[in-house]
Amino acid sequence: MLAYVARRLAYGVLTVFGVLFFLFVLFFTVTDPDDIARRALGEKALPEVIQQWKVNHGYDRPLWPWQDFDDNMLFEHYRRMLSFDFGRSDTDDSLITERIRKGAGPSLALTVPLFTLGLVVGITLSLLVAFFRETYIDSAGVFLCVLAMSVSILLYIVGAQYLIAKMLRWFPISGFDPNPEVIFRFLALPIVVGLMNGFGSDVRFYRTVFVEETGRDYVRTARAKGCGEGRIMMRHVLQNGMIPILTRVVLAIPFLFTGALLLEAFFGIPGLGSLTVDAIQGNDFSTLRTMVYIGSLLFILGQILTDVSYSLADPRVRLE
Amino acid sequence: METHVVSNLVVALLLAGGVWTGVAIRRDRLWSEAARSLWRRRPIALIVVAVYLAVAVLDSIAWVGGGEGQADAVAAHEARSVVDRAFAGTREASFSAPLADAEFYGGRPLQRPGSHLFGTDILGRDVLYLTIKGARVALLIGGLTSMIAIPLALLLGVSAGYFGGRIDDVVFFVMSTLASMPGLLLLIALIMAMGRSTLSVCIALGVTSWVGLCRVTRGETFKLRELDYVQAARALGVSEARIIFRHLLPNLMHLVIITFVLMFSGLVLSEAILSWLGIGVDGSWGQMIDQARNELSRDPIIWWNISAAGVALFGLLLAVNFVGDALRDILDPRTLRENQ
Repeated sequence: MLAYVARRLAYGVLTVFGVLFFLFVLFFTVTDPDDIARRALGEKALPEVIQQWKVNHGYDRPLWPWQDFDDNMLFEHYRRMLSFDFGRSDTDDSLITERIRKGAGPSLALTVPLFTLGLVVGITLSLLVAFFRETYIDSAGVFLCVLAMSVSILLYIVGAQYLIAKMLRWFPISGFDPNPEVIFRFLALPIVVGLMNGFGSDVRFYRTVFVEETGRDYVRTARAKGCGEGRIMMRHVLQNGMIPILTRVVLAIPFLFTGALLLEAFFGIPGLGSLTVDAIQGNDFSTLRTMVYIGSLLFILGQILTDVSYSLADPRVRLE
Repeated sequence: METHVVSNLVVALLLAGGVWTGVAIRRDRLWSEAARSLWRRRPIALIVVAVYLAVAVLDSIAWVGGGEGQADAVAAHEARSVVDRAFAGTREASFSAPLADAEFYGGRPLQRPGSHLFGTDILGRDVLYLTIKGARVALLIGGLTSMIAIPLALLLGVSAGYFGGRIDDVVFFVMSTLASMPGLLLLIALIMAMGRSTLSVCIALGVTSWVGLCRVTRGETFKLRELDYVQAARALGVSEARIIFRHLLPNLMHLVIITFVLMFSGLVLSEAILSWLGIGVDGSWGQMIDQARNELSRDPIIWWNISAAGVALFGLLLAVNFVGDALRDILDPRTLRENQ
C-alpha cells in the first residue's frame, strides 16, 4: 500500500514536470521573450527598451541548459514555479501571487455553490429520469438534455441577463459585493446560468450510470425479496452508482479554484476567471502561465487523492 | 496558390472522398446496415446536417470575375463564392429589422425593401447572408480540427496499445500531462502562443481534443491485440504493419466515427467561447453573437442578429448531437463508456 502511494506520488511529480516543460516550450520557444516584450510595449518599441524590459522581467537569459548551464531560462522557470515565486505580471507589474490571493475568494464564492447545486440537481433529475426509464418521461428528459447541451453558454448568459435582470429586474445584471447579506443577489444569476449550461451533459451521464445499475443482479434480488421501486432507487442504485459519478465529480473540484472564466467575466465577479480574461486581453503571458500551472497542480493533487482513497475504499481496485 | 483555388481543390477532394466512402459503405454489409438504421432513426437530423454541409460547400466554391456593374467596385477583382454571388448587392447602409422597408434608425427607405429575411446588421450587411457564411466556418473548425486530432490519436493510441512497453509509457505520460491542464486555459494559452489565426485555433483545439480519442483507441487496441484473429495473424507471420492496418484499424473505425461526431459540438461551442475572448475564427457564429451582444441593450432592442446566429448554431449542434447519439447506439453501445 505504502509503495503504491509512493509510486503514485512520484508519477504525480513527474506529471508536474511534464506540465512545466510543456509551458516552457509554449511560452518561451513558440513565442519568444522578444515577442512577449513587443506585445507588452507595442510594435514600435526600441531594441534598448525591449532589452531593458527583458532584464526587468527576467527574460534575458539564454533559453536552454546547453547554452549556459548555470544561468538559463529553463532551470529558472522550473525553480520559480516549483517555489511558487510567480514574479510580476507582464503588463502592469503587479505581484501575481497577490492577485491570485485576492481573486480566490470571489471565485470560490461562485464555484462552490454552483458545483454543489449542480451535483444535487443533476443527481436528483437523473434519478427521476432513471426511475421512469423507457417511458415518455425518460425520452422527454433525454431530449431536454440534448436541447440544453446544444446551446452556447454565451446565449445562456446574454439571455439570462436580458430576461431575468433587465426585463424582470429580479437581480442586478452584473457586479459583486462580498458582504454576506447581499452577496446572494449578485451570485444568483451566474449560478442559474452555470446550472443551465452544465445540467445537460451531467444528467445524461448520471442517467446512463443509474440505468446500467438497475440492470444488475442485486437490483433483481432486492425486487425479489419485495423491496419497493423507490427504495431500490434510493438505497441500492444511488449508492452503487455514486462510485463512477464521484470519479468524474472529484476530478472537477480542482478546477473550482481556477474559477468560471466566462461567468465571472460577464457578471463582473473579480475572481480568478476575470483575472485570466484580463490576462488574455492584455497579452499577460506570465499570469496566464501561472494560472495554467496552478490549475494542473491542483488537478494532479486531486487525482492522486482520488486514486489513493479508491484503493483504500474499493477492494476491487487493483494496485498495479 | 490563391486561397480560393485551394478551397476549390479541397472541396473537390472532399466530394470525391464522400462519394468513395458512400460506395464503400454500400459494398460493406455491416456498414450499409448501420447507415440504413441511422437514416431510419434520425431522418430529420440527417437532412439538417446535409443542408448545413451543402451550404458550406456552396460557400467554398469560389472564382474571380462576374462582379462588373455592381456598386461595390472590389467585387469584380475578388474571388467570391456561390453564396457571395447569390447575395451580391444586398448591402444597405445600417440596421434594418427583418423584412422592413426602411432603416431602423432614421427611417430612410432601403435599397431593397422587404428582401432582408433576417434584417441587416450595423454595417448594413444582410444577416441571413452572414449566418449562412457561418456554416462553412463551423464545419471548417470541426473538420480541420479532426483532421489534426484523429490521425494523431490513432497513431499514438494504436502504437501504445499494440506495442505496449516504453512506447505506451511515453504516450500515457503525454496524455496525462495534457489532461491535467485545465482545458479552456490550455486552449487559450496555445492560441496566444501561436498567434491568432484560423489554423492556430484548429491546431489548439486538436491538441486539446486528441487525448480523449487516444485513450479510447489505446484501451480498445489493448483488447483487440489479445483476440484470436490477431493472434492467428501473428502466428501466420503477418507483418505488424499489416496487422495494424488490416486487422486493428478497421475495428477501431466505429469508435473514431462516434468520437468525432460527439466531439464536434464541443469544438464548435469552444470556438464560440474563444470568439468572445477575441481569439476565435473570423466570420463564425460565435463572433456574430459576440458582436451582437451589446445590441440587446439598445432601446428599441436589436434582436435579429444574435437570434439568427444563435439559432443557426443551435440547429447544427442539435442535429449533430442527435446523429451522434444514434450512431453510438447503433455502432457501439458499450465500449466507449468502459474506456472513459
